[in-house]
Amino acid sequence: MASKLRQYVDKLKPHFEKGGKLEKLHSVFDGFETFLFVPSTTSKNGTHIHDAVDSKRTMIMVVIALVPALLFGMFNVGYQHYLAIGQEVGFWDKFLFGFLAILPVIVVSYVVGLGIEFIIAQIKGHEIQEGFLVSGFLIPLIVPVDTPLWMIAVATAFSVIFAKEAFGGTGMNIFNVALIARAFLFFAYPTFMSGDAVWVRTGTTFGLGAGHVIDSYSGATVLGQVATATNPNVSLTGITGSPLGFLDGFFGLIPGSVGETSALAILIGAAILLFTRVASWKVMTSVFAGGTLMALVFNWIGPDTAAAHFPWYNHLVFGGFAFGAVFMATDPVTAARTEKGKWIYGFLIGVLAIIIRVLNPGYPEGMMLAILMMNIFAPLIDYYVVDANIKQRLKRSKTN
Amino acid sequence: MANLIKTKRGLDIPINGKAVEKVETSGLPGEFALIPDYYHGITPKLLVKEGDEVQAGSPVFFDKQFPEMHFVSPVSGRIKSINRGERRKIMSIVIENDGKMTSRAFDKPDLSKQTAGDVILQLQQAGLWAYVKQRPYDVIANPGVLPKAIFVSTFDTAPLAPDNDYVIGGQMADFQKGIDVLAKVARVNLGVKAGGKTPFSSVKNAEITEFDGPHPVGNVGIQINHVNPVNKGEVVWTINPQDVLFIGRFYNRGVVDLSRTIALTGPSVKAPRYYSTVVGAALGSLLQGKLIDGLNRIVMGNVLSGVQTDLQGWLDPYTTQISVLEDGAETHELLGWGMPRFHKYSVSGTFMTGVFENKLIRKIFGNMKYQWDTRLMGGRRAIIMSGEYDKVLPMDLYPEFLFKAMITGNIDKMEALGAYEIAPEDVALCEFVCTSKLPLQQIVRNSLDLMKKELE
Repeated sequence: MASKLRQYVDKLKPHFEKGGKLEKLHSVFDGFETFLFVPSTTSKNGTHIHDAVDSKRTMIMVVIALVPALLFGMFNVGYQHYLAIGQEVGFWDKFLFGFLAILPVIVVSYVVGLGIEFIIAQIKGHEIQEGFLVSGFLIPLIVPVDTPLWMIAVATAFSVIFAKEAFGGTGMNIFNVALIARAFLFFAYPTFMSGDAVWVRTGTTFGLGAGHVIDSYSGATVLGQVATATNPNVSLTGITGSPLGFLDGFFGLIPGSVGETSALAILIGAAILLFTRVASWKVMTSVFAGGTLMALVFNWIGPDTAAAHFPWYNHLVFGGFAFGAVFMATDPVTAARTEKGKWIYGFLIGVLAIIIRVLNPGYPEGMMLAILMMNIFAPLIDYYVVDANIKQRLKRSKTN
Repeated sequence: MANLIKTKRGLDIPINGKAVEKVETSGLPGEFALIPDYYHGITPKLLVKEGDEVQAGSPVFFDKQFPEMHFVSPVSGRIKSINRGERRKIMSIVIENDGKMTSRAFDKPDLSKQTAGDVILQLQQAGLWAYVKQRPYDVIANPGVLPKAIFVSTFDTAPLAPDNDYVIGGQMADFQKGIDVLAKVARVNLGVKAGGKTPFSSVKNAEITEFDGPHPVGNVGIQINHVNPVNKGEVVWTINPQDVLFIGRFYNRGVVDLSRTIALTGPSVKAPRYYSTVVGAALGSLLQGKLIDGLNRIVMGNVLSGVQTDLQGWLDPYTTQISVLEDGAETHELLGWGMPRFHKYSVSGTFMTGVFENKLIRKIFGNMKYQWDTRLMGGRRAIIMSGEYDKVLPMDLYPEFLFKAMITGNIDKMEALGAYEIAPEDVALCEFVCTSKLPLQQIVRNSLDLMKKELE
């Protein structure tokens, strides 16, 4: 099979090379060829053997790590929907509803993002870079389920062009591409994205799940409830008014962005990322450490608001904190790149996220802004870490 | 008791084909060649023409910048051809071996009467200066600048590297003499494998430091960084232990004897072992019948920092090892990003290597035999992953930032970040582990050349 396929690819190849009739699609062909086969380019000088890892495999590992969160998210979308309309259906019906609700988002995100990447790669004469494999998978997971597809398309296009390609493509970007897409949505369409209407799909998906929302329904997320609460000791509720606690946040059958609700699914992803060493355990643990510490400080001496009284362990499982810590803060390109810097970078993300959650009245979730903010500061942190080494070298040369 | 420096950073790559301790002498080939390109950074000026008779030790060409710096014939015979390339650049000078090995007669030098300057001049005229290199820039040392120290690493930790205890162990008198000669010029720092069971531990006239750890701790550059790092404006010299023998022989016997023992290693060698030969030998006869059939890559040196060559090639003057492995240009692996690929080695966790290399698993199931070839195994990208390089470069610097300064040609930054201390071979492991498949050794080489050009 493989050799037949190889023969076929070899037969097609001349058409896409210089002078071939499909020369304009060279990058696209190359992208598909290297997707099918490990490139057989050999080293000419320098190191004659290479580690078998490449950026494709690295990116795929992140995608695999995201799958538990995606599958759970699909189920949860269906679960919340049927809960909202008060119908009892089986597991697969719920999953199918969520699957059909999210699939178009994934398709739109990939088609728009990869389309732009393919075009730019062709214009620049580059190989197609696989960074968007991860970004395109992240975007559907960090947006509310009811975000219109055209908004997803616009946000994806914006972030790929302005947050990534404008800086030079994968490896050169300053901001996390997926987070820029989300930030774009929240700042460009605030009237639509804020409020409680987008977190649970109450309408139908491809004609499935028709019904009327039950009377006690409220689509507010937990952090939304905390932010708008007038009573410092707010009691959290699900969409039908049932009480919610830490374990609900941990398992994740609550309203929220598609992939962020289940800390458990995220932890499985974290285990994959840490086992494959694709993500930095230093960043991951220091984000949780920073968040815990800051939340404890607010619990202890914070203002008399619901957000400040929100227990530290709840901060970690509700909202996008865990998802951001595991999948967004650890993006190696936008994080600090020195080992010392990673500790500082992660810790400050955790601290900032909680500060924004507690002290900023307009915005219940702080993780996105905290990560974007630290993306800006990551090079500065590295600058000082590296500068210490430079100073030491200078000192050494003077004392000798 | 010698100082001991330990490091855990680095990597010993499990590649099969280590030479067994057995030396074969297969007779010297009929042709030898001097290739000016192998002496990085010099401009050759010929001293011979086609048809001239030469002896072992007769000068063949000299460096335009330092006319005393001779490059000599390794054998006696006749200049068969001088091959030129574009713009009449000298590509190779082929010498027909007459098999007699008559040596040019030097007055046997008396070390006790020589000053540092005498030693330097003597080594240049004997054609042995080519083996003395300097940091910064990793080039043949400038004979006009005295170093603050001379570093010799007596052990090689590169993949399948020859065991110097075995190769040099029987010639310790020549080695000691070589060290004595170098010690006339500056303090000699000897890097020795930790453990104390090596003949080098008892070398006199040198400051001995023991090193323990994985490759590249045997690289002289790493040892310099730990013992006496090179600062701006300072120079240290480095010389390979087998080349110290050349100097020792010259001072002991008054002849230029460039014979050495090289290790023929690698997965594509039928019976990996040692061969005694002479610098510049034609490779064809040396390798004939010794390789496994197939498309092979012949590397002069180790698989990390060696130079690609072929059966028509000539033995590099510096090399102590030839590695042969599968080329792999005709291998096509389907969906490599998603397959388990058990026989592939990776330090990342995205392959099963971590499991196979686990001590317990290895004890139960034995060592995994990995498949090696020369493919890059991926496409070239901008740097994406962080912290990869630090794990395999046990030096006090930030390699990623240094490489970025080098890629952008920022000389001030290179200087500040420690470019004076490194040589291409030191970053070979960084290149090996790099997910983005960057040609880091080439980047370092080009940058060092740029710095030398701009700053000298």
